[in-house]
Amino acid sequence: MNPAPDPVLAWALALIQTLLFIAAAPLLAGWVKRIKCHMQNRAAPSLFQPYRDLSKLFRKDVVLAENASWLFRAAPYVVFGAFILAASVVPLVAAHLPTAAIADVIVLVGFFALARFFLALAGMDIGTAFGGMGSSREMTIASLAEPAMLMAVFTLAMIASTTNLSVVIEHNLHAGLVLRPSLLFALLALAMVAVAESGRIPVDNPATHLELTMVHEAMILEYSARHLALIEWASQIKLMIYAVLIANIFWPWGIAETFTATALAWGAVAITAKLALIGIFLVVWETVMAKMRLFRVPQFLGFAFLLALLGMLTHVILETGT
Amino acid sequence: MNLASLSLYHQALLVAAALVLFTSFMMLATARIRPLIFAFAWQGALLAIVTALVALVSNHPHLYVSALLTLGLKALLIPWMLHRLSARLNILHEVEPIMHPSMMLVAGAMLVIFSYYVATPIVHLSTLVTRNTIAVSMAVILLGMLLMVSRSKAVAQVVGFMSIENGLFFAAVVSTYGMPMIVELGIAFDVLVAMVLFGVFFFQIRASIDSLDVDRMNRLSEKNE
Amino acid sequence: MNLLEIILLVPLAGSILLAFIGHRPFGGWLNVGVCASTLACSLPMAFGVYESGPLLSANKLFYIDAFNVYLVVLTAFVGLTTAIFSRPYMQHEVERGRLGQGRMRLYHSMYQAFMFAMLLALSTNSLGLLWVAMEAATLATVMLVSLYRTPESIEAAWKYFILCGVGIALALFGTVLLYFAAEQKLGAERDDTLLWNVLHANAAGLDPTVLTLAFVFLLVGYGTKVGLVPLHAWLPDAHSEGPTPMSAVLSGLLLNVALYALVRVKMLVDGSLHSALAGNLMMGFGLLSFLVAGLFLHRQHDVKRMFSYSSIEHMGFMTFAFGLGGPLATFGALLHMTVHSLTKSAIFVTVGHAAQLAGTQRIEHIRGLIRTQPMIGWGLVIGTVAIAGFPPFGVFMSEFLVLTATMRAWPWLTLPLLVGLGVAFAGLFRHIHPMVYGDPPEGQKPVEANMLPVMLHLMIVLWLGLAIPSFLSKWFEQATVLIAGSSPL
Repeated sequence: MNPAPDPVLAWALALIQTLLFIAAAPLLAGWVKRIKCHMQNRAAPSLFQPYRDLSKLFRKDVVLAENASWLFRAAPYVVFGAFILAASVVPLVAAHLPTAAIADVIVLVGFFALARFFLALAGMDIGTAFGGMGSSREMTIASLAEPAMLMAVFTLAMIASTTNLSVVIEHNLHAGLVLRPSLLFALLALAMVAVAESGRIPVDNPATHLELTMVHEAMILEYSARHLALIEWASQIKLMIYAVLIANIFWPWGIAETFTATALAWGAVAITAKLALIGIFLVVWETVMAKMRLFRVPQFLGFAFLLALLGMLTHVILETGT
Repeated sequence: MNLASLSLYHQALLVAAALVLFTSFMMLATARIRPLIFAFAWQGALLAIVTALVALVSNHPHLYVSALLTLGLKALLIPWMLHRLSARLNILHEVEPIMHPSMMLVAGAMLVIFSYYVATPIVHLSTLVTRNTIAVSMAVILLGMLLMVSRSKAVAQVVGFMSIENGLFFAAVVSTYGMPMIVELGIAFDVLVAMVLFGVFFFQIRASIDSLDVDRMNRLSEKNE
Repeated sequence: MNLLEIILLVPLAGSILLAFIGHRPFGGWLNVGVCASTLACSLPMAFGVYESGPLLSANKLFYIDAFNVYLVVLTAFVGLTTAIFSRPYMQHEVERGRLGQGRMRLYHSMYQAFMFAMLLALSTNSLGLLWVAMEAATLATVMLVSLYRTPESIEAAWKYFILCGVGIALALFGTVLLYFAAEQKLGAERDDTLLWNVLHANAAGLDPTVLTLAFVFLLVGYGTKVGLVPLHAWLPDAHSEGPTPMSAVLSGLLLNVALYALVRVKMLVDGSLHSALAGNLMMGFGLLSFLVAGLFLHRQHDVKRMFSYSSIEHMGFMTFAFGLGGPLATFGALLHMTVHSLTKSAIFVTVGHAAQLAGTQRIEHIRGLIRTQPMIGWGLVIGTVAIAGFPPFGVFMSEFLVLTATMRAWPWLTLPLLVGLGVAFAGLFRHIHPMVYGDPPEGQKPVEANMLPVMLHLMIVLWLGLAIPSFLSKWFEQATVLIAGSSPL
């Protein structure tokens, strides 16, 4: 183990990592959009277009419905705040940061649940039909996705004997090249849950204009200006969190364990490369798959749950014991 | 047992065994005949890989022959026969809606846990490197039975039956490094003949009740006596 | 080439030959000839084993001892008499138009293949080969059950195939577990760990937990083929929808072979466990089958179905007896295997002729057999009397022995046994009486019927009931010593 790092340095790094996370999220969204356009043979917007969209939204005037309550105005801030906290907890470039102490995966799931709760309430707040529809759909999907996610998390926890993200990553890093069937299943389950939770095809089409097919978009139909900007940014951060989780838990090589400049540089390069690959993979997946009708989403998530359960069972059956 | 302390081949064996279990679940979840046959073919191929890896890890060269036999028979010949039969019977693209798919998957998970429980005394006694996979092999057998019980199309029932035979072969390989060669050959011959007879049967059933839904064959129940 | 190899090769060669020429007019005669040569070879081999003890083949894959040698002779004998019956019977069926002449090739070829599979199962030393032969016997008969291609027969054959196939698959798992336990004790380097005589010699060292698990699977697996309730659903259909010679050999022979397999395994398990678990399980299933089948007998409207329930009942009785253990019950069970096989095949032959006579298998449409063709009527009455357990027939003798043994070991179980016997007797006679003595319908004419096999079988059963010849009782005694450990005499 490396000697105890300088606490000031550690906290500074933690803060910088969080800011980096938040700043890079729109970049990931831009990358995904660009690759998708290339795959569909369209002219792609610039990589930095999401930043321009966000700044445009921030400059605009807020338009509120007459019957909007305090909840409607507060929800974007709560959501964004929850995601900032979540981003601070997930190791991006370095492990063993001070925030790693609260980097419990269940805490992460809790943050997501908090954000989702407020967003769902905000969707119902105005009283429009689409908002309520979006909220109920979102809660349905979430209630099916969470057991799958938790089961996958438990599998990971059983392998590393802890639910702390940082320790899990470190365990996987130090184990070397080990083929674990349970990790394979947990990866597949987590990927499917990530697709469902971040509202990608086949669960929800992020680029749809048809209200009746919307899930996430329907909840935020009434939002404008800075509120909308915050919510959009938050959903970009959500996608990045899931991508970083998958990248760093299952392929942790390259993450910095000490706080030297070279280690951090390698960490940054590694995570950038991994996120770029995940972005490409996501685009290919979205191009190949078609959006499912809503009543088939439970089957999709049930399958994710099955995979997670299989991961747990194969861990107990195949990987433990004398 | 520390997984990291095993050789890479051994770890690959465990991954392949887990994937065999996965194909069993895939067969339970598929409603159409064609993906069902493909999942079964994959199960056979993965089984051949597991056998070859066991031969490598445990130094039993006769298992290479068994692996080749499994690949030829269960991954290629029998799926091909099933595919050809289904095409001739015009049911290749038929969809048989599965009753309560989530219940099926939960029942499957229960069966996996049950086989783990039943296989525990055997696992404790065994000194083989593959002993952890005994429970998985038993689960494959039970899942094959669940597949047979839950379907009413004759072809799906036959795939379930063949899946049971797959599980039995798997059990023999991982608990005893394979049965004596003559017995293996006898079993393979029996399975092949059974497949041929099943093929003949499909046509007979279709000629008699004009469909392949075995639930419609109910003239011989006690009620009609 | 020794006798054992001839006994196995003759039916195999016959099967292949008949696959090409079985539909010719002499196909039936060839079938009979092949069966006769099998019997002719089995008799000297049987006497050889009787004189000089168990016979182990050079490659150790075949083992003939007192238990299976008389079953081999019985199988060959009943196979021959049924082949003699089947020749004119199947010709008549072809003439009646129930099946085409070309299908006789399949029939004869599968008949011999079935004989081969049964003889292989009986004579093999390897438990793995035993399984392969049992499965082969199922496969050979599946096509024969659906021979008439009616919807009912196809359904019966499918049920038979699926249920027996799944059951047998479980038996294979039990065999794998046995092999596993054997390797634990004997080490993995030997190549004879699945051989029965090796396992029997080392039975005490096999792990009890694994053997219990293996026995449960083997009981369910081979028990399905024996027809134990609740795994019997295929039996009434398969035995009644196939052609009559098929019913005769299935009821008379295949059930015996399956029970033989079960008892072989029980002998291993008893050597390892020092509790009576295996025996108790067999007793439980046997008693259940006995009682349930006796009740179901009453509800039947098809005469062959009724007699197949009688088969289930008797197999249940035998399973109970073997499970009870002890020399007296084992002797009784061995005797019962013989007499039941002979009587049941005779009954099915008679019933086949009766059904040809009346043109149907429904009980309510068969009447007045004794008026139209007295031989058939008398054959049916005597056969039913024999199978119901009346003295002086052999079935009475074996049932009496088993009841005596039960009274000694489990006195209160004799009551359900007696009740079951009474219920079955009532059921059989209730249905048989109008069939034989009722008024024959208009225009019922006698059919060409060779009742010689029936007479032969029934006379043997009578002989065994009155006085078992010494060589036969010595055979049974040797087998009883092998199975139960001591002699009843």
